[in-house]
Amino acid sequence: MPMSNHTPLEDMSSSRGQASNGPPPNCQKVFIQRDYSDGTMVKFQTRFPTELGDRLDRPTFEYTINQLNNYFAEAERASCSTYCEGCLACLTGYLIYICTETHYEKCLRKVAKFVSEQNDRVYRPRGLLLTDPTTRGLRLIEISVLDRPAS
Amino acid sequence: MPRITRKWELFPGRNRFCCDGRVMMAPQTGVFYVTICLIAGTSGLFFAFDCPFLAEHITPAIPVIGCLLFIFVMSALFRTSFSDPGVIPRATPDEAAYIEKQIEVPNNGNSPTYRPPPRTKEVLVRGQPVKLKYCFTCKIFRPPRASHCSLCDNCVERFDHHCPWVGNCVGRRNYRYFYAFIVSLAFLCVFILACAVTHLIMLTKDNKPFVEAVRESPGSVVVSVICFFSVWSILGLAGFHTYLTTSNQTTNEDIKGSFTSKRGQESFNPYSQGNICGNCFYVLCGPAPPSLIDRRGVVTPEYRAEQKRVSEDCVITNNKVYGTVKVVQPQSNGNSVPPVDIEAGEQSTMVHEPSAWGTHQQQQQQPQHNDSSQQSSQPSHLDSLNDITSNSVTHLVMNELPLASLPLAPIDIDEIAPLPPPSIVMNNNNSMNNCNNMRSSSLLEPASVTTPLSASRLRLLQDTTMIESALDLDSLEEASIGHGSQTGLIKMGVP
Repeated sequence: MPMSNHTPLEDMSSSRGQASNGPPPNCQKVFIQRDYSDGTMVKFQTRFPTELGDRLDRPTFEYTINQLNNYFAEAERASCSTYCEGCLACLTGYLIYICTETHYEKCLRKVAKFVSEQNDRVYRPRGLLLTDPTTRGLRLIEISVLDRPAS
Repeated sequence: MPRITRKWELFPGRNRFCCDGRVMMAPQTGVFYVTICLIAGTSGLFFAFDCPFLAEHITPAIPVIGCLLFIFVMSALFRTSFSDPGVIPRATPDEAAYIEKQIEVPNNGNSPTYRPPPRTKEVLVRGQPVKLKYCFTCKIFRPPRASHCSLCDNCVERFDHHCPWVGNCVGRRNYRYFYAFIVSLAFLCVFILACAVTHLIMLTKDNKPFVEAVRESPGSVVVSVICFFSVWSILGLAGFHTYLTTSNQTTNEDIKGSFTSKRGQESFNPYSQGNICGNCFYVLCGPAPPSLIDRRGVVTPEYRAEQKRVSEDCVITNNKVYGTVKVVQPQSNGNSVPPVDIEAGEQSTMVHEPSAWGTHQQQQQQPQHNDSSQQSSQPSHLDSLNDITSNSVTHLVMNELPLASLPLAPIDIDEIAPLPPPSIVMNNNNSMNNCNNMRSSSLLEPASVTTPLSASRLRLLQDTTMIESALDLDSLEEASIGHGSQTGLIKMGVP
């Protein structure tokens, strides 16, 4: 949204900047790649990375990824309300986007909230850190192992 | 109050930003202003000369409809031009290192015949195999349907084409605006043409000579002529994009023929929703994806450090394409003429600065129209080697003008398509081959290359189309080119 002042991405990044809890640069990182088997919608692979075997159990990991996948599926679902939103925006010559937030952006907020909640509850106590996929261009989920140096 | 640095100032692509990052455009925007002037000028003449008369003699609804259409067209145009087309952010250094490690292959022996493994990854999308290509610039495997725009130097999601008329790439995020723009412009054009012609006819009704009518309303004549000549291409383009929308394809995929069956292999579009209505709704009114590049985000010290690491990586790869590339051009009878030097090294002495932004401004000042030297002197990105593969084809393909109207000898697209790039053919192989160990070597041997398209001819195409390479056609397959229907549509790629 070029005209609007606040996109969720901005808000998230600015809050992240203040808290400065981004991953440290020199630590081992595990990347969960995208799963394209159902098309180009955002979906991540649920295969458990072996590097995390000693930190995390499989169900916890799968819960996180599946939950994230659900949020993105919800964001990209072609439902009636998104169609109405799109048609309305088209009728107003797309000027409505200046003042409202799209359904997708609302879902991204939920993702950001979920990620930080999972970090606090599950990942940080085990020395891991989940990075919001939005900040990585939705290409992958980055899990940093905080106390293990990069190989 | 200290000045806040925002992320667009460090953005690695070549885009131009205005209004503190709110507006994002392609590096060259000259043609965009032509578009605005053409639309605004024609509409202005229409409102000045035709509207008062028609409102008085037919109905006052005419200026109202014209005005609404005009506002819609302009708003769709500005949306298309000023928004992010769906740029995929480049990989962070850690991610890039991870991917490099994955695709690294033991390179035993530097024999010249060694063929490198292709830097592609195959995935199944709804049972349909799709190749993901590695992007040397963005350091990622491009997602399906994404392509690298060599003009803006970004990977763009669901890349349609780079449109100089709207001064931006057309991709996943702004395709709906683009389509709205094209369709509404077609309506506006037909509307104005009809009104202007009606006006002229009504003026000549009482047995007045036509010259009299022209004298009375010269603007109508100008408007009619402009609209008459532009309406055909706009209608054709609107039709073409309607077809693409109904089948959920991109211009890029249609030209490549990605979904046509070849060699008996059944092939279908795995992204289609299954029916025409579903596709239209999904493409035009579906969920609006967010911009992923966070242009207005505030630069934190960590972010700056990360960017620095990325650009330091670049400096190493930079030393690559220096030197002179020799091109042998055969004449029409097949005899080759002595090698012609293309000054590739001239610009490449440019030092890559740690701050990416500085470099981009430098590049913008360079004359942009000398394609091959410009391209090959773009040393910071190995990817340009890749993309240049497509140049010879793209020049032909992305023509606004029908090829026949160009003062060129007829060119068989089949003959050109499988050809290697004009200047870097040899080096392309080389660099793919020794990508890792070549980092140290700074010079390439002069390469001799055979190509049937002369440089001057390419230049001519270049100048007439004002586009360098809008589509990434490097995987153009011979089987798909022969289809007449597609090659017939090719010329409509750009509005």
